Amino acid sequence: MIPQLYSVRQIKQETHDTFTLELDPKDGTKTPSFEAGQFNMLYVFGVGEVPISISSDPTAPKYLMHTTREVGIVTKAMRKLKRGDMIGVRGPYGTHWPIEESAGSDIVIVAGGIGLAPLKPALCHLVARRENYGRVVLLYGTRSPNDILFQKELKQWRADFDLEVYVTVDRAIGSWRGNVGVVTTLIPKAPFDPLSSVALICGPEVMMRYTVQELVRRGVNHGKIHISMERNMKCGIGFCGHCQMEASFVCKDGPVFTYGALENIFGKREV
Amino acid sequence: MATSAKAASGPALIARENLQAVLDALTAKGYQPIGPSVRDGAIVYDEINSADDLPAGWTDEMSGGTYRLKRSGGSALFGYVIGPQSWKKYLHPPVIRLWKSHRTDCTFTISKNAEESPKLAFIGVRACELAAISVLDHVFLHGKFVDPIYRARRENILIIAVNCGQAATTCFCKSMKTGPRCVKGYDLALTELAEDGRHDFLAETGTPRGADILAAIPHKHATETDRESAARAWANADAQVTRTLDTTNIKELLLGNLEHPRWDQTAGRCLTCANCTMVCPTCFCTNIEDVTDLGGKNAERWRKWDSCFTLDFSYIFGGHVRQSAMSRYRQWMTHKLASWIDQFDCSGCVGCGRCITWCPVGIDITEEARAIRETDRSQKENADGNP
Ligand SMILES: Cc1cc2nc3c(=O)[nH]c(=O)nc-3n(C[C@H](O)[C@H](O)[C@H](O)COP(=O)(O)OP(=O)(O)OC[C@H]3O[C@@H](n4cnc5c(N)ncnc54)[C@H](O)[C@@H]3O)c2cc1C
Ligand code: SF4
Ligand code: FES
Repeated sequence: MIPQLYSVRQIKQETHDTFTLELDPKDGTKTPSFEAGQFNMLYVFGVGEVPISISSDPTAPKYLMHTTREVGIVTKAMRKLKRGDMIGVRGPYGTHWPIEESAGSDIVIVAGGIGLAPLKPALCHLVARRENYGRVVLLYGTRSPNDILFQKELKQWRADFDLEVYVTVDRAIGSWRGNVGVVTTLIPKAPFDPLSSVALICGPEVMMRYTVQELVRRGVNHGKIHISMERNMKCGIGFCGHCQMEASFVCKDGPVFTYGALENIFGKREV
Repeated sequence: MATSAKAASGPALIARENLQAVLDALTAKGYQPIGPSVRDGAIVYDEINSADDLPAGWTDEMSGGTYRLKRSGGSALFGYVIGPQSWKKYLHPPVIRLWKSHRTDCTFTISKNAEESPKLAFIGVRACELAAISVLDHVFLHGKFVDPIYRARRENILIIAVNCGQAATTCFCKSMKTGPRCVKGYDLALTELAEDGRHDFLAETGTPRGADILAAIPHKHATETDRESAARAWANADAQVTRTLDTTNIKELLLGNLEHPRWDQTAGRCLTCANCTMVCPTCFCTNIEDVTDLGGKNAERWRKWDSCFTLDFSYIFGGHVRQSAMSRYRQWMTHKLASWIDQFDCSGCVGCGRCITWCPVGIDITEEARAIRETDRSQKENADGNP
């Protein structure tokens, strides 16, 4: 329950409101290993602690990365940290994306907004072992072209690793010539075999709800659809009770669940 | 040696005037006795340094939304049923500092709180409360993670249970299969025999630690008459537990009725005051507070009891998950009676009735469960083929 100290090696501004922290353990030890989809509790001195997914490459964990959108008290304070500052880290916690388990399948990844950050380790893993998978399709929606994360990586994955990347924005501005509309509109036409696909989804809950509907409509098995849930979290280890969704503790039974496991409550009002 | 052999062969008898010797034996073994006493018009648990601190001659009366302490006319020390507090306050403290942190330039250090785990002897633990401690054990000790604070405290507790000789109208321990008789989870279990001018305690040992305490104090072998007297007290309590909660398929019943109109009706009365969660002996939710001193050099993290009845409990950026009182009442009750079973392999309700007594508007969990059972819509929902 005690945070370990990490020092900020770099802060990278990703978009106008999103930044990536690169962290090294203060005591000089190796960055601990983690699974794609897991999260850490990050503590900013005197301000507070919040759950943030790990966004580094799990196959080559040089240092710890967290990509965060500035929204409130803690995330804004986190943005103000400088190189060399310390941050408290507890974790890694929670379940992970079924990457190794899905070898041989097509992979469909659907991300909304900051939801691409928790999926980045999965993408890193897929491109690192690209030969083990069938088609890999990424459908990514953001509010505007200015909100598109990891643009460099997206280009590289598309060009060098045969990833089929489709990006759409809610609102086209500037010179945007790509898709306009919510990310779910990309699903009916996306090139994957529904019967041999594993789907990974992360984004706002409404977006995930419609995405699941579309995937189910195309025939993807409920147990092959994986969603990463977000709930208030104070402890990360099943004691504070805040993250409960019916019988599930999102912190330890999730955040990654199969749609099959949450079917009866996913989308139910205020559960 | 002779005395402990006697204890092992059957219940013992401790005279009322030797109860002080029990406290002295506990103190001699390093335990601070904690037991019932009267404060602010209620039975509360507090340090007990003399048998005179116990609530002699007091009894309590409870019903939905009402609690009244009154003189019993007798001299029984445990002649009340149950107060608002539970032993949870010692095992899972309402407020505790987790760590301290100190900043220098761009770095800081975090120092763990010295784990404080006083040796406490709980005296007067009821059967439903033994069950509640066992439920907390499931929550904090038997899962994927262990709470070090709970563990350190739990390991240092000695439990002297006291069987109920009477029950309140709010008690439904029989339905929850937790009482009224103490059957496990104690070191020593007493039954107060205060009838026909006698005043003694029948003592049953549950563990070698309990036997050690018994061995250290004057006692006799209980006679047939003593045992019959105790059996009458147990039967009296048993007969007085009249409130019921039918637990047959309760999980399926409640989780299959998340859209039942009853939730809205009950929410219309619920004040979301969180009293029910504070008095519940198994509610374990907590909040975290990170605080700093004025100079900004020293920070601390505190853990405090929290309640799913507060709006902020489910806050995430962009909105609260459970905005309505309906969803919060439903979360609490379905957690207690239904989802708890999947989480911890036991019910979260032990039938102590505190939530009924201390609810300012007298909402009754047994009545709510009954209302839903009588108008069960889960069959219908399935027949409709919900997507
Ligand atoms: C498993 C998990 C992984 C996450 N991964 C990321 C990520 O990779 N990148 C990212 O930008 N965001 C992520 N989030 C969301 C992030 O935790 C919130 O944006 C953050 O807690 C907001 O804190 P704040 O103090 O800035 O906001 P405020 O609105 O000021 O919130 C106050 C407090 O409420 C709680 N809280 C608020 N929003 C959330 C939330 N969405 N989830 C949980 N607790 C919340 C926190 O305790 C927070 O300190 C994740 C959330 C979860 C549950
Ligand atoms: S049920 Fe009663 S005690 Fe519980 S929050 Fe509602 S009004 Fe308060
Ligand atoms: S975050 Fe505390 S129980 Fe899940």
